[in-house]
Amino acid sequence: MTSQTHAGQTIIDPPEDGHFRNGSTNQPSPTTLSLHLTINGETHALDVEPRVTLLDALRERLHLTGTKKGCDQGQCGACTVHVDGERVLACLTLAAQVEGRSITTIEGLADEDGTLHAVQAAFLEQDAFQCGYCTPGQIMSAVACIREGHAGSDEEIREYMAGNLCRCGAYPHIVAAVRQAARELRS
Amino acid sequence: MRDFSYLRADSVEAARNAAALPGAMLLAGGTTLVDLAKCGVAEPATVIDISHIAGLDAIDVGPDRAVIGALAKMSHVADHPQVKSHFPAVSEALWQAASAQLRNMATIGGNLMQRTRCPYFRDPQNFPACNKRAPGSGCSAIGGVTRGHAVLGTSEACIATYPGDLAIALVAFEAEVDLGERKLKVEDFFLAPGATAEQEHDIRPGEVITAIEIPGSAAARRSTYLKVRDRQSYEFAAASAAVGLELEGDGRTIRDIRVALGGVATKPWRARAVEEALKGKPLDEATVRKASELAMAGAVDHGANHYKIALAPRVIARAILELGETA
Ligand SMILES: Cc1cc2nc3c(=O)[nH]c(=O)nc-3n(C[C@H](O)[C@H](O)[C@H](O)COP(=O)(O)OP(=O)(O)OC[C@H]3O[C@@H](n4cnc5c(N)ncnc54)[C@H](O)[C@@H]3O)c2cc1C
Ligand code: SF4
Ligand code: FES
Ligand code: FES
Repeated sequence: MTSQTHAGQTIIDPPEDGHFRNGSTNQPSPTTLSLHLTINGETHALDVEPRVTLLDALRERLHLTGTKKGCDQGQCGACTVHVDGERVLACLTLAAQVEGRSITTIEGLADEDGTLHAVQAAFLEQDAFQCGYCTPGQIMSAVACIREGHAGSDEEIREYMAGNLCRCGAYPHIVAAVRQAARELRS
Repeated sequence: MRDFSYLRADSVEAARNAAALPGAMLLAGGTTLVDLAKCGVAEPATVIDISHIAGLDAIDVGPDRAVIGALAKMSHVADHPQVKSHFPAVSEALWQAASAQLRNMATIGGNLMQRTRCPYFRDPQNFPACNKRAPGSGCSAIGGVTRGHAVLGTSEACIATYPGDLAIALVAFEAEVDLGERKLKVEDFFLAPGATAEQEHDIRPGEVITAIEIPGSAAARRSTYLKVRDRQSYEFAAASAAVGLELEGDGRTIRDIRVALGGVATKPWRARAVEEALKGKPLDEATVRKASELAMAGAVDHGANHYKIALAPRVIARAILELGETA
């Protein structure tokens, strides 16, 4: 297969074996990238293969295991982190892609003296978890949800927190925690 | 996920050159590409990261037209005040798609290029037969579980549903996609499967989407996107409709109407028969319901997706009637 395909043909051009590799069937030799990532205000140097996701870089390489791996497929929100202040999914983000961006994880949310972020405190107060596995993702998502101005009503909180699943079904308490934190942060 | 080499493009020109390399695929938000690479469906030799190209995320909207850069994020377009006022259906289609996190990552260009959610397409290990992945291998969906599959625009080769929301609104309002060298109607950019299910878009190797352009109109200003799904949020459409309405001065005769359908067809589907049947007619429930049925002419079901043939006209009618109630 070559990339010299005809006009009108999609760029995704499936070869004989059915995978749309659109090119030579030889695998390119994996290269290693030397990256500098800014995480919670600190710069980390690391060498990774291009396919390494931000989630695996955080957990396996930098031992920041607060960010959880649920589905690894963009469907559950457990891996939510902030990139330049906006919530994203670390499992669908390549580490290489966020070089030069500012990354915040759950470990970077509390003050240096240990004072919890208003959203963390509200989750404790409202008992907004059972097993706690989804909680770092819920909290990172909630911080951004409030900042975006999408926490105006319970209905809006439910819609804009829909990307964070909780298998324990703690949803009513999560909504209460987000509502409380939004009120506190507004005043 | 197989490894690949990684290139960062700093200009559209560099991206075009790199995209023409054998095995190269562009990376914008990554929410389709990284997902499909993990499924073993996409196996790029080289990933060309275009997300750092400056200036390609501009959003420029007025009453006459909207020009939205290919790297604009779904969330930013959805929340843009002028998009909300001049093109409400576009904003609604975007905020009802995916989740807040995904919308902060996903770009408008990548959104047009998203692939079907057909579960057989996404599972090459267990289902080698898929004409979209491997032309000529057959279709695992036909005779399989088809609850989510299309009823319009299908072929013997493929019955996969086009899953996106934004493009439904774009087709209703006759938007164009800008590929640099050429511009084409979004409606023509998407290809029905026919005998070549692997070709989903009219895009050539080395081409890069730079922007989409939506002409303004009275119907675009009074528009809505209604998405019906298995759960209330964070789910693809079972059936959806983008509808725009312009009434005569009497406040009840339809001057212009736009109707496009999602969740039921193999590509974003403009329902012209419904539009033609309603132009010049009064906006009343019986007329609207009767005309909405015309959208399903030629529909073919595969068992479990039969419900879509009854559902889609109701979604269209509800969207039109609700729009008629707004002043
Ligand atoms: C869990 C989940 C739920 C979702 N739910 C919905 C939903 O309800 N509704 C909906 O509409 N969508 C939904 N999506 C799909 C999502 O909207 C798309 O994945 C997203 O829009 C793709 O954009 P991206 O920038 O991330 O694309 P990428 O993954 O970066 O790219 C996708 C494809 O487009 C190509 N490409 C990217 N940019 C360009 C360009 N400028 N020119 C040419 N080619 C380009 C890439 O090479 C690649 O092949 C969902 C996705 C997930 C993972
Ligand atoms: S419906 Fe299309 S995408 Fe799904 S298995 Fe059949 S050929 Fe493949
Ligand atoms: S682990 Fe990223 S969304 Fe589930
Ligand atoms: S607290 Fe257990 S998954 Fe949410």
